[in-house]
Amino acid sequence: MLTESLILSAILFSIGVLGVVIRRNAIILFMCVELMLNAVNLAFVAFSKAVGIEGQVFVFFVMTVAAAEAAVGLAIIISIFRHTETVDIKNFNLLRW
Amino acid sequence: MTTLLFYLFAALALGGGLGMVLGRTPVASLLSMVASLFSLAAIYVLLDAHFIAAIQVIVYAGAIMVLFLFVIMLLNLGHDYQRDLREFGWIAAGSVVAGLGGYAVMRAFRAEDAVTDMGGSMLIEAALREFNAVGAVAVPMFRNYMVPFELTSVLLLVAIVGAVLLAKRRV
Repeated sequence: MLTESLILSAILFSIGVLGVVIRRNAIILFMCVELMLNAVNLAFVAFSKAVGIEGQVFVFFVMTVAAAEAAVGLAIIISIFRHTETVDIKNFNLLRW
Repeated sequence: MTTLLFYLFAALALGGGLGMVLGRTPVASLLSMVASLFSLAAIYVLLDAHFIAAIQVIVYAGAIMVLFLFVIMLLNLGHDYQRDLREFGWIAAGSVVAGLGGYAVMRAFRAEDAVTDMGGSMLIEAALREFNAVGAVAVPMFRNYMVPFELTSVLLLVAIVGAVLLAKRRV
């Protein structure tokens, strides 16, 4: 079950990357980032099954970072939405060259 | 039985992930994501990470996803679907990159059983017997990772201040 979990985590991470590349809705991009973080968590838990409980401690820290990131990211999306009335990232081109 | 459950929840997690990437509206994507996170919690239970499974349900499937749902409702994005896929070139490039990357990692993990149980499950079982599900994580956290744990509180404080400051209309 250990190898299978790691393979599942690789596939989930790839799905997250795919979502970030092909979608343009900022909220869905954020959800894809969360999915990637979760894939990493799954890898941590699987490795903790192999080498000891420390992996689960790291998962705890990753979850904290994910929660902080979601809160700040959604606040950024709200404040951008106030300017542009949309969450489509093709309209967020102020810093593009 | 365990293997069967693992494959069931793995399929659910993958289906949820794909449903999120391909979902037509943000709300549909979000609900698929909740299904995916919930099945991941079930997989954590199968991997003997009971405490992690509990906080996965409470923090991820509960709090973070409700936060997303709240923002979707606040910005009124639930209906009038607009097509937001990128152009074909991006989709092709993304599929190739994600597919190749995932395949390479899978090969690395599968090669000659690269990852084997190095006594970890025995250690975890002993810790679970001695300290129970919460204590098994808490003891190494508060013995060996005390400083990172305290720094986490600084991170959360920064996140709170940042979120309030960013979402406020006038500072």
